[in-house]
Amino acid sequence: MAPITDKQLESAIADMLRFGVVLAAIVVFLGGGIYLRHPSIAPQDYSHFRATLPSLCTAAGVLRGALQLDAKSVIQLGILILIATPVARVIFCVIGFFRQRDGLYIGVSMTVFIILIYSLFRGGR
Amino acid sequence: MNILEFTSLLFGISIFAGLLGALTGLGGGVVIVPSLALLFNVDIRYAIGASLVSVIATSSGAAVAYVREGLSNIRIGMFLEVATTAGALLGAYLTTKLSSHWIAIVFGVVLLYSAYASFTKEPESLSASKTNALATKIKLNGSYAGQLAQERYTAQNVPLGFGIMFGAGTLSGLLGIGSGAVKVLAMDHAMKLPFKVSTTTSNFMIGVTAAASAGTYLFRGYIDPGIAMPVMLGVLVGSLVGARILVRSRVTSLKVLFSVVIIALGIEMIYSGLRGRI
Repeated sequence: MAPITDKQLESAIADMLRFGVVLAAIVVFLGGGIYLRHPSIAPQDYSHFRATLPSLCTAAGVLRGALQLDAKSVIQLGILILIATPVARVIFCVIGFFRQRDGLYIGVSMTVFIILIYSLFRGGR
Repeated sequence: MNILEFTSLLFGISIFAGLLGALTGLGGGVVIVPSLALLFNVDIRYAIGASLVSVIATSSGAAVAYVREGLSNIRIGMFLEVATTAGALLGAYLTTKLSSHWIAIVFGVVLLYSAYASFTKEPESLSASKTNALATKIKLNGSYAGQLAQERYTAQNVPLGFGIMFGAGTLSGLLGIGSGAVKVLAMDHAMKLPFKVSTTTSNFMIGVTAAASAGTYLFRGYIDPGIAMPVMLGVLVGSLVGARILVRSRVTSLKVLFSVVIIALGIEMIYSGLRGRI
């Protein structure tokens, strides 16, 4: 692979961030549209914490619901895309530093990536 | 109240929070959490869940412009993210252990500090002339387009900056905010980075830091779509509009007004936490 300059890495990161945020916002907006299809029902009581539905707390549950166009699942899918955007950014950095043969920063960005993966798969359990 | 009215109200207040966050440079989270908790009587755990989502959206959105201009230092950001993401894991864990009264009180203190920090003068950057063996060795230096020429800088006090960043990450995970004020403290005051570089690099790091606590928030059910949807979209719209206003006009008087709002919210959060109302 050809070496990549800092400038090219920065511009690739900027494009990826924009793509992620725009895509997430569109999906959340569409989910919001489905959610407000029946506008006159009462909102749930949020004054006491009861944790949201279990199916909305895992990626698998969200995907299943979103395929059935369940409003809350579609919104949650958009939020998952949003959370994935910074993770993708770190992967971009790993690849970028790899192509620059910058061993130190391959290690640094891999460390951040591992912390993120740990938190996404093990966090809260 | 039906869900259309509820969603519209949340959307409106979130636009305001995003606007205020962009104009003060504090981020939308510091406004949205107290607004939801105090005005809408939403449990603080739902509030910080929604706030965290909006923080990722605005940070990534704003980073697009900064990264392209070459102001953010990707290496410094990446290096310090080791500290902030580890801190965020700890903070998210603490959220599940601490009572909401304590979360509210800590939140209030951070609000008061943030308001204070937004008024301290931009410190003069002295790093250009200095060198630092450790920072040079691990490439924590760079240059950016200054007013006259390309200005070079090298980070100072690396271990101290790294330590403060761990604290910033913990607060971010605990409170669902970007904790930009603490990040700037680490980079401006400890590491002596130029103001332009520290603010934009801080913003660049906020999304990754927030993502590190998002897993815990999601599994614990803090992120409720009914609240997160209007909050994320509203804060995003508000911060985009705020960024445009910032480019076009000087906002010192607005900043004073907003800081008063933030101080009032901080006091109210501490008071409500102490009284056990949150």
